[in-house]
Amino acid sequence: MDDLLWARWLFGTSLAFHIVFAAVGVAMPLMMVVAEWRWRRTGDPAWGEVARRWAKGTAILFAVGAVSGTVISFELGLLWPAFMRFAGAIIGMPFSLEGFAFFTEAIFLGIYLYGWERVSPRLHLASGLAVALSGAASAFFVTLANGWMNRPSGFAMAAGLAREVDPLAAMFSPGWAEQVLHVLLSCYAATGFAVAGIHAFFLRREPANRFHLRALSAALAVGGAAALLQPLSGDFSARLVAREQPVKLAALEGQFATERGAPLRIGGLPDAEARRTRWALEIPHGLSLLAFHDPGAEVKGLEAFPRDEWPDPVKVHLAFQVMVGAGTAMALVALWGLALAWRRREVPAGRRYLLAVVLCAPLGFAALEAGWLVTEWGRQPFAVQGVLRTAESVTTVRGLAAPFWLFTALYLFLGAVTAALLWRQILHAPRGEEVPR
Amino acid sequence: MTPAEILGAAMLGALVLYALLGGADYGGGIWDLLASGPRAREQRALVERAIGPIWEANHVWLVLVVVVLFTGFPAAFAAISTRLFVPLTLLLLGIVLRGAAFTFRTYDTPRDEVQRRWGLVFSGSSLLAPMMLGVVVGTIASGGRGSFSAFSLLTGLFAAGLFAFLAAAYLAVEAEGELREDFRRRAIAAGAAVFLLAAATAAASAREAPLVFRGLTGRAFSLPLHLATGAAALLAFAALFRRRVRLARLAAAAQVALIVVGWGASQHPFLVVPDLTLESASAPRNVQVLLAWALGAGAVVVFPCLYLLFRVFKGERPFSAIDRARDGP
Repeated sequence: MDDLLWARWLFGTSLAFHIVFAAVGVAMPLMMVVAEWRWRRTGDPAWGEVARRWAKGTAILFAVGAVSGTVISFELGLLWPAFMRFAGAIIGMPFSLEGFAFFTEAIFLGIYLYGWERVSPRLHLASGLAVALSGAASAFFVTLANGWMNRPSGFAMAAGLAREVDPLAAMFSPGWAEQVLHVLLSCYAATGFAVAGIHAFFLRREPANRFHLRALSAALAVGGAAALLQPLSGDFSARLVAREQPVKLAALEGQFATERGAPLRIGGLPDAEARRTRWALEIPHGLSLLAFHDPGAEVKGLEAFPRDEWPDPVKVHLAFQVMVGAGTAMALVALWGLALAWRRREVPAGRRYLLAVVLCAPLGFAALEAGWLVTEWGRQPFAVQGVLRTAESVTTVRGLAAPFWLFTALYLFLGAVTAALLWRQILHAPRGEEVPR
Repeated sequence: MTPAEILGAAMLGALVLYALLGGADYGGGIWDLLASGPRAREQRALVERAIGPIWEANHVWLVLVVVVLFTGFPAAFAAISTRLFVPLTLLLLGIVLRGAAFTFRTYDTPRDEVQRRWGLVFSGSSLLAPMMLGVVVGTIASGGRGSFSAFSLLTGLFAAGLFAFLAAAYLAVEAEGELREDFRRRAIAAGAAVFLLAAATAAASAREAPLVFRGLTGRAFSLPLHLATGAAALLAFAALFRRRVRLARLAAAAQVALIVVGWGASQHPFLVVPDLTLESASAPRNVQVLLAWALGAGAVVVFPCLYLLFRVFKGERPFSAIDRARDGP
């Protein structure tokens, strides 16, 4: 492999790892605060137990997220110095603001985790809320930077250099709101369902455990609400991509020819040589309808673009199918839960429903990773769509295989330890008679 | 001042705070590694208690320096990242292992051998990170290209020694009784080591980092700055010998702050020696102006929050220099 590929592997591995912890860092504090708030309001100690145990899990996950995020901020320069030299001034602003959001997040998480006995209940709850808000703000700012890479704006090109830089226009590039919404919802949906799945698993063994019931209800409320809204946000995002990055849309749909009334392809395998997508379930006019809200609209195919500007349609299309499939399953389970809760006026905890929640536990993060791959692979070969190629961004440092293996080993180690520690925490969850009354 | 100078000053200020806060956290890890004597266990427990709630916030100062550098001076960020690839990668390794192992130790089983194993990773990486930070600073200042020179390695040792000294001075305030004596003695020993390392680093700079050496010796501000740094060091020693630990903490912090400022001033106007200055590496002026405003606004939010954090975990008068008979916890 050449160094460009090693650099991409290293950066991709770092982000794929960090993104999980980042998403948890956005959503977990909100769930923790909901649990503590229920505890303070109702006085039910089972809620207090949920808040404390979630806080412990959050502490481990946040620490790994904080240090792996630091790696990313350095790797921007270590791996992509030419990209940073070009783009630093243009998109540095959201990163700088994210720095401050990270600051308040870390400060108030310190107060929250170590302050149970030291600060007043009100300050404690407010600190948790500050963590939740700062986490969302971090995701907001980082997504703005990524949005600019997809839809660059706020500068003019002259002789390979950016001129007339307008950092605010770059920060709020067209479609920023759609992308931010999609990312935030994915954090809440993925984390909410992952946590709900764990508690649902234990509830199937011990149906009357109040600790797990409370935890399930808060996790499902956060994750389910997000999963229900996500298809709507997905529609916004798809139309944004259709408008701003037609080549990405063509790749993620496996659309080779430009056509009116293009079909929606579910599944299937794009074949770049034969320029067609095989074995897909095709819904006539579906793509035109979804992408432009007009069944007869023209959809540009990959063939409308120079061959050396195509993303790899196989990878992008498959990742897109995973994202949409997982997201749809979660939305349906959330809808089912909403119907059950509506009818019975209680947390849905029947065995069949719990099984569905358990099965959905990994889907949120699968969708989140797949969606991130769609947006990154779908922009290739560009780092900044249409402006700067990934190959032009890479460092001149050679021998990048060594740091790749170093960090991959490190992430495997951290991932394994984190999983083991969380698993131990989960095994020590209170049994029915141990749940405080 | 030009916007570039304002941003340069802000980065230097953030580095001072990173040294005073984040540096002391690394120093705490070094004392975990060197814990000894009949109270080794208590020493480690104190370190853990002292840095637990604050290390993540203290760490953000470094992230802030990185983002300000790549926004305000993208060319300097690109050059540093390329030339210092190896020490920066090792720094990251240290940062990741330190933070992760510290947290894992807190939440893993309290069994001795498990705790010792994590403690070793935590404390070893607490030594690696400041060493590499020092190497990075030394290489930037000497105009090096990423190879480990004697000067940059000495700077690394100097940084580690300085952070250990600072941490011992802080911990002496937070400890009581015999434990306070432990850290007071450690602060004195580390202070002596810092003095020797400073002399060795300065000597090496004469050969390998002429620009730093000239800055250290030949500029208008050199003498007063050295005098102030020396006075702070002497005050720290005197206060340590007389058991005025809060005063010693303040003097040690002043000494470290002056050393970082001294480095920045001696290198001015270079961001990366020998070719990139504040001006030549600058982003467009309007970007820098906006960034400066953003930093100002951020400071208004962050400083009160930080005060609250230290107020909650470091007692009623978190930054006071005066010892009182009955001190808060």
